[in-house]
Amino acid sequence: MTPETIQERGFKRHLGQQAEQNIRQDGTQPAPNRGTPLTLDWVDDIRANTSAIERRAQTLVTRRTVKKEWQAAWLLRAVACTDLTTLAGDDTAERVRRLCAKARQPLKPSLVEHLKIQELGLTVGAVCVYHAFAETAVRALEGTKIPVAAVSTGFPAGLSPLAERVAEIHRSVEAGAREIDVVITRAHVLGGEWQALYDEVATFKDACGSAHMKVILATGDLMTLRNVGRASMVAMMAGADFIKTSTGKETVNATLPVGLVMTRAIRSYTQQTGMAVGFKAAGGVRTAKQAMEWLFLMKDELGRPWLEPSLFRFGASGMLTDIERQLEHYVTGRYSANYRQPLA
Amino acid sequence: MSILETYETMEYGPALEDAKESLRWLEQHGRKFGHFIGDDWRQPVAGGFFETADPSTGEVLATVAQGDAADVDAAVQAARQALGPWQALTPHARAGFLYAMARQVQKHSRRLAVLETMDNGKSIRESRDIDIPLVARHFYHHAGWAQLLEQEFPGYSACGVVGQIIPWNFPLLMLAWKIAPALAAGNTVVLKPAEYTPLTALAFAEICQAIGLPAGVVNIVTGDGRTGEALVAHPDVDKIAFTGSTEVGRAIRKATASTAKKLSLELGGKSPFIVFDDADLDSAVEGVVDGIWFNQGQVCCAGSRLLVQERVYETMIAKLRARMETLRVGAPLDKAVDIGAIVAPVQLERMRRMVDQGVQDGAVCWQPTSSLPERGLYFPPTLLTNVHPSSMVVQEEIFGPVLVTMSFRTLSEAVELANNTAYGLAASVWSESINVALDVASRLKAGVVWVNGTNFFDAACGFGGYRESGFGREGGREGMYEYLAPKWFEKAPMLASVTDAVTEESHMEEAESSVASFADMGLDRTVKQYIGGKQARPDSGYSFPVYAADGSPIGEAPLGNRKDIRNAVEAASNAQGWAKATAHNRAQVLFYMGENLSQRRKEISHALARVVGHEQAEKETSVAVERIFSYAAWADKFEGSVHTPPMRNVTLAMQEPIGVFGVVCPPEAPLLALLSLVLPAIAMGNTVVTVPSEKYPLVIGDLYQLFDTSDLPGGVVNLVAGRSAELSKVLAEHDNVDAVWYFGDAEGSARVKAASIGNLKQTWTNEGRAFDWFDPHQAEGRMFLCHATQVKNIWVPYGE
Repeated sequence: MTPETIQERGFKRHLGQQAEQNIRQDGTQPAPNRGTPLTLDWVDDIRANTSAIERRAQTLVTRRTVKKEWQAAWLLRAVACTDLTTLAGDDTAERVRRLCAKARQPLKPSLVEHLKIQELGLTVGAVCVYHAFAETAVRALEGTKIPVAAVSTGFPAGLSPLAERVAEIHRSVEAGAREIDVVITRAHVLGGEWQALYDEVATFKDACGSAHMKVILATGDLMTLRNVGRASMVAMMAGADFIKTSTGKETVNATLPVGLVMTRAIRSYTQQTGMAVGFKAAGGVRTAKQAMEWLFLMKDELGRPWLEPSLFRFGASGMLTDIERQLEHYVTGRYSANYRQPLA
Repeated sequence: MSILETYETMEYGPALEDAKESLRWLEQHGRKFGHFIGDDWRQPVAGGFFETADPSTGEVLATVAQGDAADVDAAVQAARQALGPWQALTPHARAGFLYAMARQVQKHSRRLAVLETMDNGKSIRESRDIDIPLVARHFYHHAGWAQLLEQEFPGYSACGVVGQIIPWNFPLLMLAWKIAPALAAGNTVVLKPAEYTPLTALAFAEICQAIGLPAGVVNIVTGDGRTGEALVAHPDVDKIAFTGSTEVGRAIRKATASTAKKLSLELGGKSPFIVFDDADLDSAVEGVVDGIWFNQGQVCCAGSRLLVQERVYETMIAKLRARMETLRVGAPLDKAVDIGAIVAPVQLERMRRMVDQGVQDGAVCWQPTSSLPERGLYFPPTLLTNVHPSSMVVQEEIFGPVLVTMSFRTLSEAVELANNTAYGLAASVWSESINVALDVASRLKAGVVWVNGTNFFDAACGFGGYRESGFGREGGREGMYEYLAPKWFEKAPMLASVTDAVTEESHMEEAESSVASFADMGLDRTVKQYIGGKQARPDSGYSFPVYAADGSPIGEAPLGNRKDIRNAVEAASNAQGWAKATAHNRAQVLFYMGENLSQRRKEISHALARVVGHEQAEKETSVAVERIFSYAAWADKFEGSVHTPPMRNVTLAMQEPIGVFGVVCPPEAPLLALLSLVLPAIAMGNTVVTVPSEKYPLVIGDLYQLFDTSDLPGGVVNLVAGRSAELSKVLAEHDNVDAVWYFGDAEGSARVKAASIGNLKQTWTNEGRAFDWFDPHQAEGRMFLCHATQVKNIWVPYGE
């Protein structure tokens, strides 16, 4: 085939291009993910050039900034997309109830008033806890639309027997968790056993039923960005509603390069299937500045729909306090202190 | 826009960098600047002032002096006066000044960045994160060279007064690239910034004052092309360094041809950006953004020709379009803008004209839907498809945010398309396979190759082009050599101007009249041209007589003409596989050549003695054997280096052959000088067309027997005897000759340099000075090898 005909063919086949532009531009939500059969070509096709990805991650955040009321609006957006999380060994029911109270009212009323955003009814995206506290959280959040997310499937290492892990999901769903954050068997990725990974995630999805499934890739354990990309693709084909970076327990958690690889995988998957998969950055996101960086990444790489809690979440706890401080600074012009913000 | 509305739209709002400090600085100067000459601000002698404006608003920022010949003369005089004292300083003292410049640039980085953005229109992100940090890095690096000058460049001294002319696309960075090495080497400088963007150079003048740089070491003369012309023409300037268009580069080459001014040119490009089907396409898309949409595409090394492997062509184009939609074009001072303003109306007009022409010629033009600011000079990111190598937009540099794309099927096709250009500045290669990437990198004709990346720059890694992208390198060791000259050279005596030994009128009649005297020479000796490994009769059908020192005829040499040169260049061009022979293989051939010459020394010396005398002939032949051994030795030892710029990367600085050489030999040592010039060229893998001296052209008969018995492949060395003046001009004008070395009188040097502008081939001449061909210090070694090679810097980022 001559180059000319190749190019002509390219112009006649706009479909893929249009889809990609739509994802980024028109703000409409693509269809939720129903999964696809395991297509190994899509896995093999994934390339991830680490140096180039690191460069993009580095410059992406220097290419974008928001100031003044724009910054305030974007900070509020970060709050709405937050899975307020507590996943500590010493968690108590009281701490979870405190967290839920904060989830209902992430900003103090005076701040809401000054920002003139009462009508927004701002809450966080979800409350994320261990199964043991799912019921506590569900009760504490009664009367709100805030879902409870339970980490599951042998979180964080995911090494308990499969039957146990599936049963865990069932129990959490029964306890009222509407979102289930599952962890994958890292060995499947490191060994390139894509069928095994696919089957595992598909089994989890099955167990989740109508609950929203976030698949934690534990990218810090996957060693290479290419592995991250491939695992993302398999998880999506197996029906993940969200793909999520980390448990927060790995030595390296959510980093922008990892986020870039995962969002690119989402873009590619959405382009090929028309179905959208959400993204969750979890672990290591502590500051308002980092929150902005993640939002820039989502907007520029995936587009406006991925700035909704339905397609984007932060897994964080301390970040909210820093955002509150920044918003208070926006309102008062004075720098605030952590202790002035109500504890989560 | 209320917070609630923005919460829904999630648009980026305006985020303007504060320009207050830079504006205050302009006000401090009353928004009017004279020239900076001899540590003093001087009004233009006669030229008046002109305005420099912010291209994003059209607002005039300041008026600056229009330099004319008188201003340039004052600046050159100041630089000349400063030269002695500056050179009398210790290298450490000079290093101290360069260090202070680096520190000053860092301390005032934001003011300089804002000023640059206002004057040029580039985004503040780029001036803040790329330009200014690179400026500081360049001064630091060269503070280091200044410190190490005597250890690292023994036997070399500064050129003297250097005239430097820089472009408007990276105003302060180009200033740093010019001034830092010049000062580190001990030169003094007259620099002319571009007329559109003089302000940061003037701010730099203030830095020179602030650090107490001795008066006259750096002089800044502002103005337009006429000012540059005056600087180029000034007789007391020892070197010209120019960055800008190929057109102006040609004019400068021509204007300086009749002088001994050293010259380095960094010119245009149409750099390929090659994407293989195993590349990380999303990253390659970002590479394109950093390639052609960096600095509004006003980058000489911009990856402006996208070549994509068939299998992923559609995907790549789709991804590219989607990415183009998210590029933000707008006010350069906005911190969230990707593409700023075009520097001047004339440039914008040129982009529009070229894109329109391209579309008329059949290109399909695609631009994103995002809108441009209403005021100011802007051009949207543009993608042209359905173009071919024959399209004007594929061949010519647009110097704007315009990308042309083509597809290829095989690696060889990619290389062929990539090299199908008169330029050779830079290239990007994207593949996850190290085999593919490095194979392609080695085959590209470009001074810089970025693997899986683009537009990386560092002071330690030389930057500069092949072909019509110019010659000379900026940065690194090779960049320092551009500002240095061997100490012995300026003391070398001038050769007397010689008229051709063979004149048009004389050769035939003399040939006839000398027939009788050949009678007692025994069997007639036939010396032919040597082309493509075969002896060839001259196309002219004429021969010319060769005389002994005592005037008696000793034989006849073929009289070469332009067609013999044409054939020889053809043969040399076809023999370029020699470059791919291993260095060991080339060394072996050369050693063998030494052995064979040693065997035939007596006979060759005997014949040569009739022309140069017994003593010199003996010496020439014995030194020649040694010299051959020297270059056999060098063949596998003049190696490149590995640079470590401040990123996770290795930069392989490869010494590559330049290609086809024309070598015109001097008469002083007919055998030894010829070998001294031909050997370094072929040791490094070049192929050569050699014109022996007219004094003893019969040497070619000895040489081709030597070459034939030494396994030298045909065409690697071609020998064409004839009139040096005529043949050197044909060689210098030949567009398939990549470099010409001319050694002879000063007029001949000038002629060759002036004639070289067609393809801007590299020239090296003796500037009419006599080399002592018997002195290895002068006549062999690194200096020759440097001239016989060009550095290709291959950047290889790594990391899994």
